[in-house]
Amino acid sequence: MAEHYLSLFVKAVFVENLALAFFLGICTLIAVSRKVESAVGLGIAVIAVMTFTIPVNNIIYTHILKKGALGWAGIPDADLTFIGLITYIAVIAAMVQVLEMFLDKYVPALYAVLGIYLPLITVNCAILGGSLFMVERDYTFLESVVYGFGAGTGWALAIIALSGIRERMKYSDVPKGLRGAGITFILGGLMAIAFMLFSGIQL
Amino acid sequence: MGRYKEAFTAPLFERNPVAVQILGICSALAVTTRIETALVMSLAVTAVVSLSNLSISLIRKQVPGSIRIIVEMTIIASLVIVVDQLLKAFAYEVSKQLSIFVGLIITNCIVLGRAEVFALKNPPGISFIDGIGNGLGYGMLLLSVAFFRELLGSGKLAGIPVLTPQSDGGWYLPNGLFLLAPSGFILVGLFIWALRTWKPELREEE
Amino acid sequence: MPISEGGWPEVAAESIKRTIIVALGVCFVCSVLVSTAAVSLHPIQEENKRLDRIRNIFIAEGLPVRDVDLKAVYEATIQPRMIDLSTGASIQGADLNRKLSIQGFDMRAMAADPEYGKQLPAEKDIAGIKRMPKYMVVYLAMQSGRMEQIILPVYGKGLWSTLYGFIALDKDLRTIHGITFYEHAETPGLGGEIDNPRWKDIWKGKQAFDEKGTLRIEEIKGVVDTSRPEARYQIDGLSGATRTTQGVDALVRFWLGSDGYGPFLKRLQEELHGQV
Repeated sequence: MAEHYLSLFVKAVFVENLALAFFLGICTLIAVSRKVESAVGLGIAVIAVMTFTIPVNNIIYTHILKKGALGWAGIPDADLTFIGLITYIAVIAAMVQVLEMFLDKYVPALYAVLGIYLPLITVNCAILGGSLFMVERDYTFLESVVYGFGAGTGWALAIIALSGIRERMKYSDVPKGLRGAGITFILGGLMAIAFMLFSGIQL
Repeated sequence: MGRYKEAFTAPLFERNPVAVQILGICSALAVTTRIETALVMSLAVTAVVSLSNLSISLIRKQVPGSIRIIVEMTIIASLVIVVDQLLKAFAYEVSKQLSIFVGLIITNCIVLGRAEVFALKNPPGISFIDGIGNGLGYGMLLLSVAFFRELLGSGKLAGIPVLTPQSDGGWYLPNGLFLLAPSGFILVGLFIWALRTWKPELREEE
Repeated sequence: MPISEGGWPEVAAESIKRTIIVALGVCFVCSVLVSTAAVSLHPIQEENKRLDRIRNIFIAEGLPVRDVDLKAVYEATIQPRMIDLSTGASIQGADLNRKLSIQGFDMRAMAADPEYGKQLPAEKDIAGIKRMPKYMVVYLAMQSGRMEQIILPVYGKGLWSTLYGFIALDKDLRTIHGITFYEHAETPGLGGEIDNPRWKDIWKGKQAFDEKGTLRIEEIKGVVDTSRPEARYQIDGLSGATRTTQGVDALVRFWLGSDGYGPFLKRLQEELHGQV
């Protein structure tokens, strides 16, 4: 039983890494990966947001939106999945707002480091993507918690690794046209190839 | 009139949303394994960006600052839902391939980015044109990447075999790497390099 | 996210009343827009799903699907039948209710349903589907009042995704007529080659069962040696796509086996050819 959740977690972190296998959250990945410090901060914030929002969205989906979900309210025919998108985004936006207030009060150093990128988590496609995958695969609540934590960790792993490499690249001789965004994309591609080796793992 | 022309043409190259502003990458990489999906995605994004720019610009003077972002997101999300429903009704096969990426247009940084940066400060007419321009710039880059990925990855262009693959009895051994995730990254990196070599003013100093 | 070009945008004066009016106004307009789209387009979308299923049944059967009135051919030749998988018995009209109807049959919803689906114990779940429906709709392809082929829905885990498809058996219930996967997200060019017509053609004529009725069909690694007698039970593997190949092998063997359509095929055999 625990094997199932462990395999789900490992898959979410490595094999189905949201950033490197599904290309989600790339804009922020490219923008915030210049320094390891900010990458770590953003990574932690993303893990927190995903671990919270995916299970919450799962509850909403299972008990309100899904086809037949409103049976408990006496409307078993309703299929409200089409407003799913707005609902999930609303949950995410609310959670990010709460996180922002929390950090501002209790961890002001992190709040300062993240700056404008904190509200930008709301539109990080990886966060919404995680919820959408959860819906598509129809996870249970417990699976959602594990998946949320795993997916967030995977994305954090990608951005921290990328920022580590970029900091080192200050000493490399990158052609002028490639500096900055260009070489970062190529780096991302190479990392993605490396992560593909995980697809052979069977747990 | 000159402003309209600029709003339309600038996003095609100098301010290309994907290659220069580094926005809307996620979908740019994922749906470009085939020209067909890249084309439909570009049309969907262009529709959403231009209509959202238009709507937000129309109400820009009425919206209070405190609910600005959420109002923008509501409008964008509604437009995306409508586009998604239309695709499921009239382009069912393609919508299956695009799967979650249509929904992800909501978080496509281009849409929110242009709303914040342009539509909130400009009249509806030119905002609409700016939306179309950015949508087209995005589409151009997507189609360029898709061109290479489909051609080299499966020997076809828009489903029509050009370099006949060996599995279909031809000579070409398709380069499977182009159909996989990493090639998207590398191709966009190369496009950025090409663009910045052509226009040196876009280069970053590190 | 680029920094705003030239400072903050001009915004309206703050006031509670204005905030509420704008918020309500936007919500109202958006709701009307979205609901109208969803409700009015729903019938077309359902129709698309239905046609897609029919199209795939025909592909498995080996019938042409272009320039053909799919619905007309379907009405004329296909007889859908709801069966109880564990016994193989058909469910007749009187037993069908709202959830259990042929028209609205949703295989996935049925598997997830606590009453109409069941959990599979790990040792039986070779296809990795965890749950399966208790009832299934199968399709009999008729010609001049006699069954020519039986088309069975199948599904199971591949590498990246669950593969959903149809397998068609000839009226001897041993020879495979065709197979097709209408939904999957396997690696394009590798596992995705299950969409390649040349690979699908390999299935045609292969024997799923031997003369004694034992399930023999398997997908092997590598190319089948056609000179050996076992070749008629074997399908070539997909090069570079081991997991997808294993997935296809597992799901075909599961559904044609005793936990899948086994009981139904036995009954159908008796129905068509008398006691065996």
